[in-house]
Amino acid sequence: MKEQLETILAQAKEELHTVRSARELGDVRVKYLGKKGALTAIRKGLKDVAPQDRPAMGQLINDVVAQLETALASRGEEIERIALEEKLASETIDVTMPGKPLALGKKHPLNVVLDEFKEIFLGLGFSIAEGPEVELDHYNFEALNIPKDHPARDTQDTFYISDNVVLRTQTSPMQIRTMEKKKPPIRIIAPGRVYRSDAVDATHSPLFHQIEGLVVDKGIRMSDLKGILELFAKKLYGEDTVVRFRPHHFPFTEPSAEMDIQCYQCHGEGCRLCKGEGWIEILGCGMVHPHVLEVCGIDPNEYSGYAFGIGLERMVMGRFKIDDIRLFYENDVRFLHQF
Amino acid sequence: MKLPLSWLKDYTDIDGISLKEYAAALTMSGSKVEGIENLGAEIDNVVTGEILSVEKHPDSDHLVICQLNVGQQEPVQIVTGAPNITPDSVGQICPVALHKSTLPGGVKITKGKLRGVASNGMMCSFQELGIDHGCVPYACDNGILILPKGTPVGAKIQDVLGLNEDVVEFEITSNRPDCLSIIGLARETAATFDRPFSIKEPQVKGCGEDIKNYVSVEVKEPELCPRYTAKIVKNIKIEPSPAWMRERLYAAGVRPINNIVDITNYVMLEYGQPMHAFDYACLSDGKIVVRRPAAGEAIQTLDGQDRAITDEMLAICDGTKPVAVAGVMGGANSEITDTTKTVVFESACFHGATVRVTAKALGMRTEASGRFEKGLDPSLTMPALLRACELVEELGAGEVIDGVIDVCAADLAPKQLPFEPDKMNDLLGISLTAEQQIDYLKRLEFEVKDGMVLVPGFRVDIARMCDLAEEIARMYGYDNIPTTLYAGEMVQGEYTPKQQMERNASTVCRMAGFDEAMSHSFISPKFYDAINLPADDVRRISTTILNPLGEDFSIMRTTVLPSMLDNLAHNHAHRNPSACLFELGTIYTPEIQDGKANPDVLPHEEKILTLGTYGCMDFFQFKGVIEALCRELNIQNVAFVPEKNNPSYHPGRCAAVYAGEARLGVFGAVHPLVSKKYGMNGEVLAAELTMDALFAAMDNTKLYQPLPKFPASTRDIAVLCDNEIPVASLEQTIRKAAGNLLENVTLFDVYKGDQIPAGKKSVAYSMSLRAADRTLTDEECDKAMKKAIAALENEFGATLRG
Repeated sequence: MKEQLETILAQAKEELHTVRSARELGDVRVKYLGKKGALTAIRKGLKDVAPQDRPAMGQLINDVVAQLETALASRGEEIERIALEEKLASETIDVTMPGKPLALGKKHPLNVVLDEFKEIFLGLGFSIAEGPEVELDHYNFEALNIPKDHPARDTQDTFYISDNVVLRTQTSPMQIRTMEKKKPPIRIIAPGRVYRSDAVDATHSPLFHQIEGLVVDKGIRMSDLKGILELFAKKLYGEDTVVRFRPHHFPFTEPSAEMDIQCYQCHGEGCRLCKGEGWIEILGCGMVHPHVLEVCGIDPNEYSGYAFGIGLERMVMGRFKIDDIRLFYENDVRFLHQF
Repeated sequence: MKLPLSWLKDYTDIDGISLKEYAAALTMSGSKVEGIENLGAEIDNVVTGEILSVEKHPDSDHLVICQLNVGQQEPVQIVTGAPNITPDSVGQICPVALHKSTLPGGVKITKGKLRGVASNGMMCSFQELGIDHGCVPYACDNGILILPKGTPVGAKIQDVLGLNEDVVEFEITSNRPDCLSIIGLARETAATFDRPFSIKEPQVKGCGEDIKNYVSVEVKEPELCPRYTAKIVKNIKIEPSPAWMRERLYAAGVRPINNIVDITNYVMLEYGQPMHAFDYACLSDGKIVVRRPAAGEAIQTLDGQDRAITDEMLAICDGTKPVAVAGVMGGANSEITDTTKTVVFESACFHGATVRVTAKALGMRTEASGRFEKGLDPSLTMPALLRACELVEELGAGEVIDGVIDVCAADLAPKQLPFEPDKMNDLLGISLTAEQQIDYLKRLEFEVKDGMVLVPGFRVDIARMCDLAEEIARMYGYDNIPTTLYAGEMVQGEYTPKQQMERNASTVCRMAGFDEAMSHSFISPKFYDAINLPADDVRRISTTILNPLGEDFSIMRTTVLPSMLDNLAHNHAHRNPSACLFELGTIYTPEIQDGKANPDVLPHEEKILTLGTYGCMDFFQFKGVIEALCRELNIQNVAFVPEKNNPSYHPGRCAAVYAGEARLGVFGAVHPLVSKKYGMNGEVLAAELTMDALFAAMDNTKLYQPLPKFPASTRDIAVLCDNEIPVASLEQTIRKAAGNLLENVTLFDVYKGDQIPAGKKSVAYSMSLRAADRTLTDEECDKAMKKAIAALENEFGATLRG
């Protein structure tokens, strides 16, 4: 009987090797463990075994059944594994084929940079002020120490609506509007559109954007102005940016300066980009003129401040190496999709 | 302002300073160098040559063969056709461009053959050397430049003509008219490098007589002419100026004319004081009167133009008539001519704003007016006048009459400001000692005495402490000011709620696939025609620019729609298959007065969110974007009402957008006639939403709703109703009738066609019903559904489809 059991087990295992599917596996199980199965038959024959041998034989049968169960289970797992592998293989796709387009829209390049700019200054405690583009002559000029017939008006060819109303030529009127409304401490930037009567070409647009900055508080120094603008330049243009401040003149700041950054193409040697100067002018700035403070009802003996103004288009053109300012206002999607 | 360096050296020295260093240092001390040019830099290998022989060309009537001594061992043979080279020219000296030479404009000269005869270079005219006739008054107009006798042979032409000169060009800001002069720039140079600086006092010998016997001056408007000085020169000999003066003028960018005119220009460049010379013989009554023109007076100016002058201006007149527009230009009636015998030199100070108004009104900006309008120092007139007379004597141009006219209403005492070293340190964020500050001020010719700063007269720009602080800062060096970060009171930087909403709106548009656009705020009035606005539409009344660049940029837009369509049309014309754009653009709505925009009142500016698309979306996809936008901005109760009479949109495909009672804007398919005007054939969709209305409709309060514990039951119904009934009305009725068990109702089919009678449609809804506290029974659901069907029947005559 023992030999018979071993033969059955060997034969069953042999058969399992050829099994290829769950159904065939079931057939094997029925053949050996089913009601009419070979092992079931042997178990039934146990009653004919001598009583003293029965426990041993019973144990033997159980062992063989257990072994067969294990073999069935492992073969079953293998079949599943193979089946899965085959399925996966059949499901293989060319992953290099293009994805289904998900068209997300793009920010306008001017706003890409303006938003970075805003984030930098929000982080420094500045708020964002807004004001009218069609502006009173008073705010655009008079209150900024540029009376009628001041030669400084020449540098800003103005669009007029009437004698007293202009399209603002700069965002600086926001300095006055802010100081009239709010008392120090003041920390604002004021981005917006400005207008100058320049004929349209690759580098000139009658409409462009400026960002004004204004800080007024007790004890503001020119060194603070240098500090914040250098910090800004490094954030926007990279940590290794070299800046310089050079004296200049604006009627509404004193002392006044222009900030240049060292040309990022030639590093100061002079090239076509910087017109041989080695530096690229970025912005104008200065300490708020005491008369401007007085006009706004702020005592210059108690408070001081600084202001700066930056042209956005030029900054963005430099950043993305855009060579024609008109592209900003044509809104060709082939252009917009690049940013 | 152009500064020839040789001229600068009359006043200070720049020995041992390279050009590059010079430019960098002056830029950093406040006089920005725009560029450096060398006048003769474009010329190479051009020398002087003496004509040794001139022979006829064997094969040409107009060519001659010349042998020239150019200082080399062998003569050089050159063939020329210049009319002024004849056998008589032998012995004359002219410029010779040798083989492998360069002329201005990059012209290369090499040897070659002319009709078979070797020509080893070219003899040059002054035009070919790129210079003005005024530089070489002895030259003929048409032919080779014959140089004066005694010119060395074989010399570089740059050295002979004074072209070997470095000229530094400065950008001078409007507050520093004193730097529009050689002396002013020399002063800045000396201060920057801390070197000595001096001006020689002009010495005038005079020839006796008394100016009082010649002329009297009356200034009727001392406000407009704080100082008027004049001298008289007789026995004038008009001739070209000497070479040194011509060369300096030319290097500084001024054309040499004749000795008297050149002297006035030379002094203007040197001192920054404009001068004028009148022909004394043309002054009636020997009188000069400085007054406002009388009504109807006119003058022909030196440029030959007749000009009407008004009493807003100032005129220099003789006993009867104007002879010059003060500070702008002289009159043709008193012009210096070849026959002029006696000259009045005027050196005056005029009121800046008046000169500016005058020059602007007459449309003539001159070198003189550009200086006067910035405000000049009245103490400058006298030294400049004397310098002019000194030059007259030096050039032998005439004899200077003794005495001087000086009508002065100006206060010539130096301005005084308190010396406040601590305040200046505080403003700049530096800590210089008082002595250091005084030293810097002294370099710039400020004096500090008894706690007061005496401001030199030429510094018309200095008025307050901060002005002095700038002087100290630029001498100390802006780069030496430390960089600090002000650590004052903490201020929170943040977006306002409105700015935050704009950012959110922009994000939603981009997530929906729309690219951000920016278009011009000014448009052409024709844009309103393009979007089909009726002639009497109030939106046509726009803020108008008085001096636009052209009609296309002449009015401030009252709607962003035409700009958006223009952008789409650009994309369409460039064969972009589709475009989705949005713009957060400002419109400018004027105050209307008598049917016109009131130009003296600022228009109302508001932002409109404008979307536009073609080629990739249908109406309902587009509507989905609008709905998503409202959802993301937390705008509740959004409703769409058909808008049939909007002239820019398709009458059957346009809806106004409402939040409750508030109108948010409009959207729809652009009227096909409009899109056709923009050259677009297919459907174009657009939306215009008012940001202020969106902002007002926002409700950011959010309260959590518990998730349902019991299952929902769904019931589908299909009803037949009249075609015209909007589905939104059916839905509203269902919601009202079905009661509060109705959780949601969704339209899932609208069908017209087979099996549906004409003029009718079948509309199918899926209703979802739920109670918070129990599972609904079939009876409850059926009851709600029946109520809905009954209401639809009652209100719309709709019938349930079997």
